[in-house]
Amino acid sequence: MVERRPLATFIAHFVLILGIIVVAFPIWVTFVASTHYAKDIMTAPIPLWPGSQFVNNYRTLLFDGMINPTAGGVPLWRMMTNSFIMAMIIALGKIFVSFIAAFAIVYFRFPFRLAVFWIIFMTLMLPVEVRIVPTFKVVADLGMLNSYAGLTIPLIASATATFLFRQFFLTVPDELAEAARIDGAGPVKFMKDILLPLSRTNLAALFVIMFTFGWNQYLWPLLMTTDRQYLTVVMGIQRMINVADTDPQWPLVMAAVILAMLPPVAVVLLMQRWFIKGLVETEK
Amino acid sequence: MEKRAVFRSPWLPLALVTPQLLITFVFFVWPASQALYQSVLLEDPFGLKSQFVWFDNFMALFRNQEYLDSFGRTAIFSALVAGFAMGLALLLAVMADRVVKGATGYKTMLIWPYAVAPAVAGALWVFMFNPRIGIVAYVLQSFGYDWNHQINGHDAFALITIAAVWKQISYNFVFFLAGLQAIPRSLIEAAAIDGAGPTKRFWTIVFPLLSPTTFFLLVVNIVYAFFDTFGIVHATTSGGPAKATEILVYKVFNDGFIGLDLGSSAAQSVILMFIVIVLTVVQFRYIERRVSY
Repeated sequence: MVERRPLATFIAHFVLILGIIVVAFPIWVTFVASTHYAKDIMTAPIPLWPGSQFVNNYRTLLFDGMINPTAGGVPLWRMMTNSFIMAMIIALGKIFVSFIAAFAIVYFRFPFRLAVFWIIFMTLMLPVEVRIVPTFKVVADLGMLNSYAGLTIPLIASATATFLFRQFFLTVPDELAEAARIDGAGPVKFMKDILLPLSRTNLAALFVIMFTFGWNQYLWPLLMTTDRQYLTVVMGIQRMINVADTDPQWPLVMAAVILAMLPPVAVVLLMQRWFIKGLVETEK
Repeated sequence: MEKRAVFRSPWLPLALVTPQLLITFVFFVWPASQALYQSVLLEDPFGLKSQFVWFDNFMALFRNQEYLDSFGRTAIFSALVAGFAMGLALLLAVMADRVVKGATGYKTMLIWPYAVAPAVAGALWVFMFNPRIGIVAYVLQSFGYDWNHQINGHDAFALITIAAVWKQISYNFVFFLAGLQAIPRSLIEAAAIDGAGPTKRFWTIVFPLLSPTTFFLLVVNIVYAFFDTFGIVHATTSGGPAKATEILVYKVFNDGFIGLDLGSSAAQSVILMFIVIVLTVVQFRYIERRVSY
């Protein structure tokens, strides 16, 4: 701050607190709704203070699931496990595939190096949403519907991560590679013992971003999976809300909403420092 | 920039880029080319026969009032989302940049919606606005406004806009704050010594220096509003009522998977790809220019 202005400082705090309240209010309402009996959430105004059914609702949801025609009584822990597996494979897969590709592009001269670079760059431009139908067809032809492979592999190619690693490798001093060569280390050893430890911060940042990306996938699992066994939690919620003719069981739906956002929010908050650094750097 | 020290191996680099290239070809390049190919075909819903029809699918789209409406709707939607999400984020970031005490705490409390899935954000807000039990709908009703997004198209449109804005504020906030903190203090101090107040300083110094960040975020927000909001629409309104919230990406999905009009869906995909490519190219050109001076 340049000059002392108590009023301006007060206004700044006030606006920030107001902003936080607006951002957090829906979560509070959701959490409160998830701790009541269904009958209490049937008429307005709904309560704004937690009720007594916290343990009951969450236990029912996690272990029995919701009984309705579309969600079909799949217990939520099952959906959470699916989401977790999907997010982990996508995050780690993306990081691994991009890391080795960036290493090859930076540390080797090979034919069509630039072409390879541009082909990878193209993937940045085409979000799943714009090429849904043909991509779906490819996956169906490969027999990968209703499988973890189908859920994850098509999302593993990542231009963003490749770029980040490439930028980073370019800043690593050439002397390190020279020294490694003189000492007789081959490229794989150099990558594993020198580059990998140096990239720790980037790996952490990318992990946060990619884990969130993987966990929050919606359209892709929606198309890929017809088998309830592969329901992910984000899709599951949609099935719980859109029930025909009756009201959704709000307390359970809201408990599912809370559980569905807990893991990615936890990852972002726990790894906040790397996340912000990574976010600002990858996107530029 | 090139590396001085390079390793030599005839096969290793190719082996290392193969996984990435394979996935890119199978799941990106090939489907994209299929979309291009299908967009010039007229196919019956069962895929039994198809006919080459040049640009008929595109012509049909641009003659179709429904498609044009969806286009206009998407444009309004992305303008509203980008405008509100960036405006509110900028306000919060400027305030967070001012406070010395508790800045980290505020930051932590504001960034977490980034991690919430669009579909989940939609579920949150659909509950808040539920005509019978939603808390916001209840407050609105007590002011005499009868909110019902299941019947009223404008209400539904407002609902998806609010959910989309809510989710995007945190992302914009992170970037604006980083941008603000990168502005040299000496510039602002010099202006203060010359007698410029906080408002004047903001508009004549801070805002222009922030323009690269603003421009970058504008492109990102438009892309977000165009594509990432599918989850919000699908989980809350399913494009209804009476197509009032059918944005372009939802229409591609609906026509392709529910309506089985493959040619038209492919043509819509191609138009969307074109939009993304234009946006990306604009962004990269701009960033490159900025780097060069």
